[in-house]
Amino acid sequence: MTTATEQRSGRFGRYGGQYVPETLMGALDELVEAYEEAWADPEFHEELEYYWRHYAGRPTPLYLAERLSDLCETQVYLKREDLNHTGAHKLNNTLGQVLLARRMGKPRLVAETGAGQHGVATATVGALFGMETVVYMGVEDIRRQRLNCFRMELLGARIEPVESGKGTLKDATNEAIRDWMTNVENTHYLMGSVCGPHPYPTMVRDFQTVIGKEVREQCREQIGRLPDMLVACVGGGSNSMGLFYPFIEDDVKLVGVEGAGHGLHTGEHSAPLAVGSFGILHGSASQIMQDEDGQIINAHSVAAGLDYPGVGPEHAYLQESGRATYVSVTDEQALDAFEQLSQLEGIIPALEAAHALAWVIEQAGNFGEDEVMVINLSGRGDKDAAEVKSLL
Amino acid sequence: MNSIQQTFANSHQAGRGVLVVYVTAGDPSLEETVEIMTTVAEAGADIVELGIPYSDPLADGPTIQAASQRALEAGTTIQGVFDCATQIRQRISIPLVIMTCYNPILQFGPEAFAVEASNIGVDGVVASDLPPSEADEWCAVAAEHNIAAIFLVAPTTPQQRVARAVECTTGFVYAVARPGVTGARDQLPEDLKGSVARIRQVTDLPIAVGFGISTPQQVAAVCEIADGAIVGSAVINIIAEASDHEARLPQVSQFVSGLAAATRW
Repeated sequence: MTTATEQRSGRFGRYGGQYVPETLMGALDELVEAYEEAWADPEFHEELEYYWRHYAGRPTPLYLAERLSDLCETQVYLKREDLNHTGAHKLNNTLGQVLLARRMGKPRLVAETGAGQHGVATATVGALFGMETVVYMGVEDIRRQRLNCFRMELLGARIEPVESGKGTLKDATNEAIRDWMTNVENTHYLMGSVCGPHPYPTMVRDFQTVIGKEVREQCREQIGRLPDMLVACVGGGSNSMGLFYPFIEDDVKLVGVEGAGHGLHTGEHSAPLAVGSFGILHGSASQIMQDEDGQIINAHSVAAGLDYPGVGPEHAYLQESGRATYVSVTDEQALDAFEQLSQLEGIIPALEAAHALAWVIEQAGNFGEDEVMVINLSGRGDKDAAEVKSLL
Repeated sequence: MNSIQQTFANSHQAGRGVLVVYVTAGDPSLEETVEIMTTVAEAGADIVELGIPYSDPLADGPTIQAASQRALEAGTTIQGVFDCATQIRQRISIPLVIMTCYNPILQFGPEAFAVEASNIGVDGVVASDLPPSEADEWCAVAAEHNIAAIFLVAPTTPQQRVARAVECTTGFVYAVARPGVTGARDQLPEDLKGSVARIRQVTDLPIAVGFGISTPQQVAAVCEIADGAIVGSAVINIIAEASDHEARLPQVSQFVSGLAAATRW
């Protein structure tokens, strides 16, 4: 698909590209070709939409959160990706990629996971189509996301613990890519975010645009116009790209919320768009957290899914072009929002999504009363309950 | 013909393959790296590859990952590696190649990196995650400053990409022996001869094979089908496992001599 922000194959301005060892270049060529062919094929869309609708339970609701709206003195709608099968937006993408893997004749899936939601969504499609599934997960994330580990195992996936680095998403991604390099002939790397080498940022975004397309349709039905603002959390950035992209040509504000961890000034955060610099991580050029020699700095966030020192290249481009705005909130603010949404709306949000909520709550009073904003509630918080209990 | 190609030509005339030895700079310290590289050269390596450690080396297996981690924890910087390369250059005359990932080069500045390398007398650079299709800027500055740009070709590289890679290459073609990461293996891949022949079809440049080459027997087998063999992880294991500084150099020397002896046809 040719797109507004993609200037040439796999590039978003100066961001993107394919910086991977040569061993993977053949597989990337093959994937680009298979993806372009599938995306142009009505039968592929029919099949994908079938699974989205009948298996994942789409469309997910767009819900006017009245008590949260009162608190924030504006009209707040929640896009309920937490109600998607497996409890997050991640399945939108894994369903797309598993159908593609089948078209390419690759019987084995590898994936990285941070919070475990992408790992669960990969294990789910692996089970659905009877494919061998290996999920790489950092040991620190295994510790704080036990429930999701059990779910993955129950679904028949093998979890490979990753000890290197800080034992989080960056390290798991390294190992998943190394596995792919070793088994490239029979394996599809099912990347979970809009990061990595081309075509992943474009392809994962396209699979996630189902979120934004539904929001457009639902806004038209429910309020008779487009929303004024879209807000979503940004780790790698797939839920936010999926929400933003169908509105990119419209007069709609786009706000991405990064994890400020213990505070941007402490250096312990996961906010490369706020304080990172131009560099290469996991196959693409983007804004990343690095020292002056280009060594990657470990990220920190209470939300495992945001705990990553890079971000999708298209977000870096949207920031540079001024089309989207990026802000950040701390662990503490996210934890507060986690509790507030639970108590105001009876919805326990994922800690990742709690970042988007926290920014809106913090900005209460700065919005027009009739302004309509849509927050992407990218996942549910069951997975975080134990970790939050230990932190409160 | 640059000094790297000259080295291959000389070896060819002498009836043997070229031995390339990789060592991660700064493991266990930059001072020791200077001595290790001198020892490697004296023991019979034809080309030395000095690795700038990187935090997230995608192409490397556990051995080089761990060496990189140790080197970074010991405080190794890019400038430190350049200083180390300067001292190595004063002691040895064989070609010196720097190997790293592209992000450190990008942050140093590709032009500045090429200038610094050239001033020191570095002969070539390999960036293991920079495919030719992303290397226009790097190739231009490397050529301008007489640094050989060395690219990898894998068994999985489609043939039209092989042609592109050899066009960009100015030192030797780095043939990746097998899909996967660096690290010692028991066996050579069965189809290695075919992989090398595929590259030979499109170039007269020297071809050296690396990834998983760790014993004299493997070096001998590789030198029968290619122009040279690259050994890294096996040497790093010896460096890491040596009980102390005193033991390290003789062990490295003995191992590299054994590899060098195996290069003869």
